[in-house]
Amino acid sequence: MSETVLELEKLTIALPPGADRANAVSDVDLVLRAGKVTCLIGESGSGKSLVARSILGLLPRPHVRVGSGRILFEGQDLAVAPQNNMRVIRGAKIGMIFQEPMTALNPLHTIGRQLDEVLRIHTQLGKTARRARVLELIDSVHLPEPGRIIRSYPHQLSGGQRQRAMIAMALLLSPRLLIADEPTTALDVTTQAQILYLIRELQREHRTSVLFITHDFGVVADIADEVAVLQRGTLVERGTAAAVLGAPGHPYTRALIAAMPKLVPPPARPANVQPFIVEARDIAKTYGTRSMFGGRVTPALAGVTIELRRGETLGVVGESGSGKSTLARAVTRLLPIDSGEILLDGADIAQLSRRQLRPIRKRVQMVFQDPYASLDPRQRIIDIIAEGPVIHGTLPAKAREEAQTLLGLVGLDPSAAQRFPHEFSGGQRQRIGIARALALHPEVLIADEPVSALDVSVQAQILALLADIKARLHLSMLFVTHDLRVALQVCDRIAVMKHGEVVEVAPTNDIFFNPQHAYTKALFMAVPGGTWQDRQDWKAPPERIGRKP
Amino acid sequence: MKAGFTRFARNRMALFGAAVLLCLLLLVLFTPVIYPDNPFKLAGPALQPPGGRFLLGTDTLGRDIAAEIAYGARTSLIIGVGATFVAIVLGAVAGGVAGYYRGATETVLMRITEFFQTIPAFIFALLIVAILSPSVSSEIIAIAAVSWPSIARLVRGEFVSLGGREFVQASASLGASDARIIFHHMLPNCASSIIAVGSLLIGTAILLEAGLAFLGLGDPNVMSWGLIISAGRAVLRSAWWICTFPGIAILLTVLGINLVGDGLNEALNPRLRER
Repeated sequence: MSETVLELEKLTIALPPGADRANAVSDVDLVLRAGKVTCLIGESGSGKSLVARSILGLLPRPHVRVGSGRILFEGQDLAVAPQNNMRVIRGAKIGMIFQEPMTALNPLHTIGRQLDEVLRIHTQLGKTARRARVLELIDSVHLPEPGRIIRSYPHQLSGGQRQRAMIAMALLLSPRLLIADEPTTALDVTTQAQILYLIRELQREHRTSVLFITHDFGVVADIADEVAVLQRGTLVERGTAAAVLGAPGHPYTRALIAAMPKLVPPPARPANVQPFIVEARDIAKTYGTRSMFGGRVTPALAGVTIELRRGETLGVVGESGSGKSTLARAVTRLLPIDSGEILLDGADIAQLSRRQLRPIRKRVQMVFQDPYASLDPRQRIIDIIAEGPVIHGTLPAKAREEAQTLLGLVGLDPSAAQRFPHEFSGGQRQRIGIARALALHPEVLIADEPVSALDVSVQAQILALLADIKARLHLSMLFVTHDLRVALQVCDRIAVMKHGEVVEVAPTNDIFFNPQHAYTKALFMAVPGGTWQDRQDWKAPPERIGRKP
Repeated sequence: MKAGFTRFARNRMALFGAAVLLCLLLLVLFTPVIYPDNPFKLAGPALQPPGGRFLLGTDTLGRDIAAEIAYGARTSLIIGVGATFVAIVLGAVAGGVAGYYRGATETVLMRITEFFQTIPAFIFALLIVAILSPSVSSEIIAIAAVSWPSIARLVRGEFVSLGGREFVQASASLGASDARIIFHHMLPNCASSIIAVGSLLIGTAILLEAGLAFLGLGDPNVMSWGLIISAGRAVLRSAWWICTFPGIAILLTVLGINLVGDGLNEALNPRLRER
């Protein structure tokens, strides 16, 4: 057993009165060992991030504070350590990586200056020595051309590069403990795989202890030595990765593992030979304006052709910037396109005016990504759902009556009707969003990342609801997602997009067993926990993490 | 909204401001009962100090200052609220259209707004009243004309940030018209900011009105606080009470409005709440 670096003893973090529970976490015991990666996994609201912050003394005081318990690090209790002591420990002995590297880096300073600042504060090194150390670290996180990187500003780097710079910064002073709070959540899957690999590699090299906060069991499978599962502030299970993933003891852990989308062969589906209902022919869309000062132009769709058959679910899979959301908004005509045709039942709708579009709107409806932003916070649920029919001339009373029925269809209580969106959880809001889309009796449903903002257990429910409704109402669905696992689960055919182009379209089974394009293969390789799921029985940490992606 | 009210009630200073305004409102409502006579009427000997037969004394012509202040309160409130209302309507329309349609419309409207903002407010208001001849309505027009740009900029900013939100797009994808999106979804969502800023604007409007009346550009037939001060400034050293009491009235009213406005801002504006 390797030595203990940090120990949480009955840690309880108190929330202010009036919060949904008294303590964010209660009686958490956790031991972080040198050279080990401990994953703290939990759904949103489980208190996992607050545990990480409490270690660094970064709780949003005075509202949230450590209520009781101890945080033992090098013989010191960090829970009661004065701020002056904490400043020495932060950075020097405990490093931290955040979820969104863009907000964690100062946009006005170069990367080099921000790294240099850390050394200037914590060490006596001279200018040349500091520069050498910065370059060394930049090189060790495999950023290309360290000399150029240190002169760059954060916005000039990609998300993955920024996260690498953050890791370099966290490791500058060779901390004994590295806390990573969802460091890959904001990244694309292929980048995520690289960052996970990097953390693993550096951690082995320096024998750093890592506390890795995540919500994704796939990530856990890829990186963890030890796992702790947090459910609404209580640690329900902890043990080695092999034990927790292989034979989960607690029902909550089992439910979480069961709910996560799997990389398994999709069920065989009969080929759909119905006529096309939506055809996008060679559509192009460019963002940015050519003003008199020049301006930047970004192509989002570069001649995309896509066909959706009646009754079919077509998945559009791609990473951020691939143009998949633009495609969804173009097909719904929420965004004007520059060129190309969009045929609905054979009729071109790409150039219709807003007035001409009205009847079309009824036939094509959209479910949005963010359930917190897609409902008007000032309207009652019943009015949100009834809005579409009212716009299209249904009497308000009748529209409300229908809305009430729809609430039942999407699995919500009738009493929800008179309430406001903020009273609902993310999953419930997404149900409301689906009910709103269904209120117009559409033929085509466009779902733009409908589950990516939801916890896994809720994801599974919403996916099941969508599948059920689609079958019952004979809808055709365009399903946009970044998650290949989700797409495999729900789609009949999958289109893979990259840089505004469709690189491969094939039935789901063919995509799974026989991906043609190199990029599709790369996406499969990058799925977190992929290897773990390939082999039904879990053994040692997988080989693939040792392979350079 | 109910939560907002609770938050407002927790703010002691805002409650004090609300109490001051409530007193003012009662005074305005009951003025005809307490002082049934015309405030311009000569009530007694000139330059009586306060505390005798006249609570707050009399002015150079022997008019009751207490009655003048009571009637002046009505003028101040009418002009303050009226000018703010006009400014909000103008500002919300200009800012809303600019923020919703963006592009060339926005450029034109916002350049006009900025043009109005570059002229010093008080001098511009003076100019307008001088052109329109002094009256209550021209004072309202003048004050509204110098106040709307701040509302326009606020509403434009809110609309721009709301325009990208998914619920607005969702409404558009249902086939909603521009008017429906603007009035049903966007305006209600920035109402709290407009109320908060608008309430502060009333205080500024009352100050502007007092300033105009002081310079003799108020309506000569309507009693107002600025007018009393203007009439009493010649005898400031011998009869201090003529200028002092209307001055205190202005101070208390504007202070009350600002406190209430700050309270509303904090209660309705989630960004300030955690401070």
